[in-house]
Amino acid sequence: MNPETFSADTVIDAVSAVFMVVGALMSLAAAVGLLRFPDLMTRMHAATKPQVLGLFLLLFALGLQMRTWWVWPVLGVAWIFQLLTVPVSAHMVGRAGYRTKHLHPELLSTDELEAVVQQAAGKRGFGDDGDAATDRR
Amino acid sequence: MNRKRISLRQELPLLVWLVIVWGALWQNFSPGNLLFGALTAVVVARLFYLPPVELGGRFNLLRAVPFALVFVAKVVTASFQVLYLALARGPKVISAVVAVPLRSHSDLLVTATGHVTALIPGSLVVEVDRSTSTLYIHGINVRNADDAARLRKDVRDTEAGLIRIMGTQAELSALNQEAGS
Repeated sequence: MNPETFSADTVIDAVSAVFMVVGALMSLAAAVGLLRFPDLMTRMHAATKPQVLGLFLLLFALGLQMRTWWVWPVLGVAWIFQLLTVPVSAHMVGRAGYRTKHLHPELLSTDELEAVVQQAAGKRGFGDDGDAATDRR
Repeated sequence: MNRKRISLRQELPLLVWLVIVWGALWQNFSPGNLLFGALTAVVVARLFYLPPVELGGRFNLLRAVPFALVFVAKVVTASFQVLYLALARGPKVISAVVAVPLRSHSDLLVTATGHVTALIPGSLVVEVDRSTSTLYIHGINVRNADDAARLRKDVRDTEAGLIRIMGTQAELSALNQEAGS
């Protein structure tokens, strides 16, 4: 490779190309995980997490290609909001899924929450209210 | 309604963040625009009042930068781990729900630990017990007690890192004592 073609533009293009492909690969990983994993909670792992990295890589590639400084803060803010909101939604779905028994107990090696929920439900006297263990304010 | 007045110093991180979002959305960081953004931030923070976040009163930038780098590295490796699990194990993957008792009882640290844990693929917060500050974490590919112990240690290490960054002085000295013993 001679020095003329190996310019800054080439490097930027190459880096953003790699980032875009890997970012898209992360979305593919999420899709494969959604199809292949057995229950709601393992699917939540696939649906929420590789996306964080995938979005980061795609936004980074976008920032490299735009070639302006003013676009970086917007991309940063977009990613930070993703970081802040993804765990909350994953937690809410996971929690609702656990409460409504959308899981396969035979695929869990240990379940340390079950006893707590059982105990809390017993204290209250009815079965489907798990809130006794949590949210005490 | 009980509205506790909060000091400007306590509100400052929120206001600074709002100004940054304002500038980023306008894509304009000129002084005039930032000043108007600051005014808007104060009005918004006054009108849409939220309970103040109780900060630890310290922030260690020297600890925060390596923590952020390790966090990004963990996200990268663990994303590929999820990809591998999805392809190789698929329906037969074994997971576990593990209880992790945390050291800190501050809402901010429990939330931050939960967030960081949830963002690292392979662990998902299912339930939070605020009274005992215990996180119940769903870990993927946790096949036996050893894996569960490793997951528990990882989460507690994450919390230790966060305490070193922004925990209160009391939490920090308790942590140092624990490390020393």
